[in-house]
Amino acid sequence: MPGRVLLIEDEPNIIEAISFILTRDGWTVHTHSDGETAAERVRRMPPDLVILDVMLPGRSGYDILRDLRADPETRLLPVMMLTARGQTKDRELAEQLGVNLFMTKPFSNAEILEHVRSLAGT
Amino acid sequence: MPKQLTGTRIRDRRLARGMRQADLAREAGISASYLNLIEHNRRRIGGKVLNDIARLLDVDPSMLAEGAAETLVADLETAARSARAEIDTAEPAVDFASRFPGWAALVTAQAARIDTLEDRIAALSDRIAHDPQLETALHEVLSVVTSIRSTSSILVGSDGLDRDWETRFYKNIFDDSLRLAESSQALAVYLEAPEGGGAAGLGPAEEFIAWLDERGHHIPELELPDADVRAYMDRTDWPSEAVTAVARPWLERYRDDARALPLDHFAEAAARHHCHPGALAEDTGAPLARIMRRLAALPEAATTGLPAIGIAICDGAGALIYQKPLPGFELPQTAPGCPLLPLYGALSQPARPLRAVISLPGGSAPRLSAYAVAEPRAAASFDAPPVMEATMLVLADAPAATAQPVGRTCRICPRPRCAARREPALVPMTGS
Repeated sequence: MPGRVLLIEDEPNIIEAISFILTRDGWTVHTHSDGETAAERVRRMPPDLVILDVMLPGRSGYDILRDLRADPETRLLPVMMLTARGQTKDRELAEQLGVNLFMTKPFSNAEILEHVRSLAGT
Repeated sequence: MPKQLTGTRIRDRRLARGMRQADLAREAGISASYLNLIEHNRRRIGGKVLNDIARLLDVDPSMLAEGAAETLVADLETAARSARAEIDTAEPAVDFASRFPGWAALVTAQAARIDTLEDRIAALSDRIAHDPQLETALHEVLSVVTSIRSTSSILVGSDGLDRDWETRFYKNIFDDSLRLAESSQALAVYLEAPEGGGAAGLGPAEEFIAWLDERGHHIPELELPDADVRAYMDRTDWPSEAVTAVARPWLERYRDDARALPLDHFAEAAARHHCHPGALAEDTGAPLARIMRRLAALPEAATTGLPAIGIAICDGAGALIYQKPLPGFELPQTAPGCPLLPLYGALSQPARPLRAVISLPGGSAPRLSAYAVAEPRAAASFDAPPVMEATMLVLADAPAATAQPVGRTCRICPRPRCAARREPALVPMTGS
């Protein structure tokens, strides 16, 4: 049974497209665009899965992931990172911080759906 | 066995011209048996005899001389090693160089050119990986492409899509296409090299900063009380003469700074004052700019527990001449920086220290404490304008207080309402 996805992304058209394909697949999608308050938003309304952009206004996706992994409440929360920075060092940093999946832009809708289903265990 | 070369080449040259050994010997005024010994490299040759034989064989004496050949052979062997070529040892470079010196010189020249081009490619790759302006522009292009790909997939793969959604997605694609056109065009302009090439390459100042980056901006040899800059420079392999010219005054100043503020005492004081330049200036009596440079030159081992330290120095025209970047804070080397940075503010208020908490746009950029001061670079003299230089120290220790929003440079700054903006940004305008 699809659950709740929190999409933390600041590109309005990417937000709209991803929200559409996930909603059509049965997921409840919440969105958040500000890096500064993103970790707090996760704690306030814990989703089943977080899709996290790296370059966000206020705070980077890496910092947000670090916070989530340091908090016992969100330590095991599945996090999928999306980024245009696909260099090895970026991937390694994300993995060190405990990301579940690292996807580089551009990606296909089918990939997103497949990984969301797989990570959220549906 | 380079000493055998001259004789071998005399023999080859003579045979190529169809001359008999006896005829060449006679015209050169030596015996045929002596020439025979020379040609079999059993007698060394030089001076007048070499010049006479070279003249008779219609060749420049340098093409027959041993020293030139030794260099050529060494260059050929270097070229072979560099290309990891598997050369048959039965065909030593010495034979090739002696028989075909012109072609051998061409091979070594081409090998040297390949080395230069490979160095240049490495420098460009490094620049692509670290240039914040380029990174931001590429990020923008990839983000828009992602949006277009995702949205168009929905339109193509969704039968019976609601009309409102369809209209919305078409509009999104149209908006994204405009953004993509603009950002890709700007990227092309940025990457375009001017006539004569070289814009995308590194200038001497950039090369020197890259050299310092590799060493963590700390030079242990110049920390010693009797440090000798000239000797250190002689021992160091520099990329070019131009870099040497940039490096020399910088290293001399480093040595002077190190003598005035020896490392052990300064590191201890920096830890005690948590890198605060004002407190360090009071403690040591040193000028602020020198304090800032010494902080930036602290070795990694001395910075445990201290905030991350960055520095930028510009000349009186605002041109960046040195920087040690921090994660999230790196000024473009060639593009003009953000005029809101205290670095430039200090230039208009010489000798007056400025400080501010600054925040850069972008998720990975932290708040930073910035301290800046502009001082004359050289002693003042009559009838000449002062040569000013501004120094800005940045520390990653800023409290979560109100910060002055600044940027790196207009082209990658998304702040929409900025009185200091010179030109439009490559990135979408967001935030404050």
